[in-house]
Amino acid sequence: MTTLPRVTGEAVARIEARDKVTGAASYAADHPLDGLTHAWPVTATVARGDITAVDDSEALRDPAVLAVLTHANAPRLADAGDPMVAVLRSPHVAHHGQIVALAVAETLEAARAAAGAVRVTYDEQPHDVVLTADRPGLYTPDEVNAGHPADRRRGDFDAAYAASEITVDAVYEVTPLHNHPMEPHAATAVWDGDALTVFDSNQGSTVVRSTLAALFEVDEADVRVVSEHVGGGFGSKGTPRPHVALAALAAKAVGRPVRLALPRNRIAAVTGHRAPTIQRVRLGADADGHIDALAHETVTQTSTLTEFVEQASVSSRMMYASPHSLTTHRVARLDVPSPSWMRAPGECPGMFALESAMDELASACGLDPVELRIRNEPPVEPDSGRPFSSRHLVDCLREGARRFGWHDRDPRPAVGRDGPLLIGSGVAASTYPVWVFPSHAEAYAGSDGRYEVRVNATDIGTGARTVLTQIAADALGVPLDLVRVSIGRGDLPAGSVAGGSSGTASWGWPVHKACTDLRQRVSDAGGHVPDGGLFVRADTEQEAGGGTEYSRHAFGAQFAEVQVDTVTGEVRVRRMLGVFAAGHILNPRTARSQFIGGMTMGLGMALTEGSFLDPEFGDFTERDLASYHVAACADVPEIDVHWIDEDDPHLNPMGSKGIGEIGIVGAAAALANAVHHATGMRVRRLPIHPDTILLGL
Amino acid sequence: MDGTSEVGLRINGKPFSRVIDNRTTLLDLLREQAGVTGPKKGCDHGQCGACTVLLDGDRRVNACLLLAVSLDGADVTTVEGLADGDRLHPVQQAFVDHDGFQCGFCTPGQICSAVAAIAEARAGWPSVVTPPDTPPGPVEPTAAEIRERMSGNLCRCGAYVNIVAAVREVAR
Ligand code: FES
Ligand code: FES
Repeated sequence: MTTLPRVTGEAVARIEARDKVTGAASYAADHPLDGLTHAWPVTATVARGDITAVDDSEALRDPAVLAVLTHANAPRLADAGDPMVAVLRSPHVAHHGQIVALAVAETLEAARAAAGAVRVTYDEQPHDVVLTADRPGLYTPDEVNAGHPADRRRGDFDAAYAASEITVDAVYEVTPLHNHPMEPHAATAVWDGDALTVFDSNQGSTVVRSTLAALFEVDEADVRVVSEHVGGGFGSKGTPRPHVALAALAAKAVGRPVRLALPRNRIAAVTGHRAPTIQRVRLGADADGHIDALAHETVTQTSTLTEFVEQASVSSRMMYASPHSLTTHRVARLDVPSPSWMRAPGECPGMFALESAMDELASACGLDPVELRIRNEPPVEPDSGRPFSSRHLVDCLREGARRFGWHDRDPRPAVGRDGPLLIGSGVAASTYPVWVFPSHAEAYAGSDGRYEVRVNATDIGTGARTVLTQIAADALGVPLDLVRVSIGRGDLPAGSVAGGSSGTASWGWPVHKACTDLRQRVSDAGGHVPDGGLFVRADTEQEAGGGTEYSRHAFGAQFAEVQVDTVTGEVRVRRMLGVFAAGHILNPRTARSQFIGGMTMGLGMALTEGSFLDPEFGDFTERDLASYHVAACADVPEIDVHWIDEDDPHLNPMGSKGIGEIGIVGAAAALANAVHHATGMRVRRLPIHPDTILLGL
Repeated sequence: MDGTSEVGLRINGKPFSRVIDNRTTLLDLLREQAGVTGPKKGCDHGQCGACTVLLDGDRRVNACLLLAVSLDGADVTTVEGLADGDRLHPVQQAFVDHDGFQCGFCTPGQICSAVAAIAEARAGWPSVVTPPDTPPGPVEPTAAEIRERMSGNLCRCGAYVNIVAAVREVAR
């Protein structure tokens, strides 16, 4: 038997590339169905209260309107344990923008007009939506997102900080941020008796399926969820969101297929967002920059419907040597839309704060910021004492500095000038934990020499379909084009969510296992697949379900050069460079796109994206893409990405770490640090808008 | 009901005519009535470019901002109409080669927009970044020109770096 060259590690083009460039790829709202009807949401205009009346008489005057569903007349959903999908169940309004009614009509135009004609009356109650660091009612949650403890104390922070030669004490703020995947949350639902089919936009249809089964009290086997192509999610589609429950509910109520695509300006309120954070960081060091005391204290908010706590202080527990450490989270429960996951929850805002503070410490010590980080490299994970499975932060910093030309710069702030432009550069570290969740897969060998692999992965743009095919082909020892991988359907072997940068590891592992086993069976059969084929199943409930004695994280270093216009206050990015260490890179083409995509979103976070909760009406003022500024093509310069291949035996059979989120971590700090180098001005509140610059110069 | 009109247009070369609700946008007509779902609805408000299609040759428009009744007789090209049989349009091929997308949702709009942007630059239309002393004639497709001209199409996956590389390759 000849050994084929491995295809993992090769820059294989996306398997669905052709479908995506020709318009053939079908997303949740693209499936034609006979008798399809359309739904449009009516949303609460008060931030807290109870619905006292709904007048739908005007809406129902158009015969094309089939129904106006409310808590009073909609089929009642069972409790699936997730308040996000408990739609139209109660007259209570928990936040502005909550969906309180749904108009269903023969056409989109009629549904929209009907929704606009529904009159809802409320018994309005006073609301509380303003987060401050010293407000009453801040509490310590039992745990924060991802299961971390809210507080950790090591050593004696207060005493060590008081005794430190050099100290930094600063507060960093990140406003609410919105995921805004380009594909709005959408579902097309149709019932056939007790059997439900939905075409849904989500990051994991296994859970959508079980949730729908619970909501409608039907068998999971009778629920079909199809999510073959998903137009991005960034966390906002990580669990079922209200659109899918509403579409299925409406389809049941009118006895016809229903499509609901949430209007863009309703998405921020009902699909989750990154909660705002106010983070105080204190660093105490000796004159050589060795950190002795580190405190990272986060204040954030959650809603009255759910408790979601952005774990912003958590990366400070593992980044740098810090004998005395205090990391805490306090949260206010407010009458606001429910926060949820957004790309690198916790690490992303947390590392903006920590990596800005590191830059401040470097200035205070008169040290190069790259060198400061190298000096504080910990031998083991500070918080747990566990060894790192692999950690190449220092290599990333050195390699990045070399490629960027970091050491050629004049380290003094506010000396780089080009006419009215101030030029500066900044650096920050990146990190993201390794997550892996149990998943199942099946592999089938046909007597025709072809293979089929089935796993309920979701490709939200990561390249999952492609990299899983590469993993399968290598494990089977066959060429790529003999393998077909089916993903994106709830009835496939259960797969975990496309979140936490866990997909490739979580789905790839059972695929690898099943395919390795299948290869053995084919070989046992003398290399001939019998008629009827060979079939194996595998899961990783054992391997991926437990803990690990290692601290497992990906690391990176990001460098940025900016220009600051002293006349207009505008910050423009001239170039960015990232070097990452994330295990084996299985597909350099899609990996590079993931890293660049994360850095691009980080650029938006630093300079263009920001959202504010209006205290009067209690909702976000930036609710669409004209007011919430996602970075556009002209905002984004050349972004150069490299990686250091790691051989880490403590991960999974592919040796990979996740790469979907680390690119956003540290990007905003690198840019803010570059603004400081350019101007001498420290901006601690994002986004860095021209007004901030002009007022500060 | 009242408020309907008959409209006839060509979609990717094929005639399409129907009595429609006057409130129907070109985007909804394409997606919901003509079964042409390549153009995507990202915002419905002219803010994202996902619905970009070509009108009467290579004029790029946001299909969500046009009422279909105003387009009687128009010739509409969507992303589905660009390839020549099995042969991808050079812009489509360049997007594949440069990995100019991730989730692919903005891609139909990006590709239509790129086709028109390249034509506009070739036809000598200046953009805000074209130096004022540029002589008449085709505008050189620098990265800055492409970034400026492609800024009506948002990509939340952040594929801009690769999109610019793809468009540059074709524009050269
Ligand atoms: S859908 Fe038309 S511009 Fe966004
Ligand atoms: S490829 Fe996902 S929005 Fe552009």
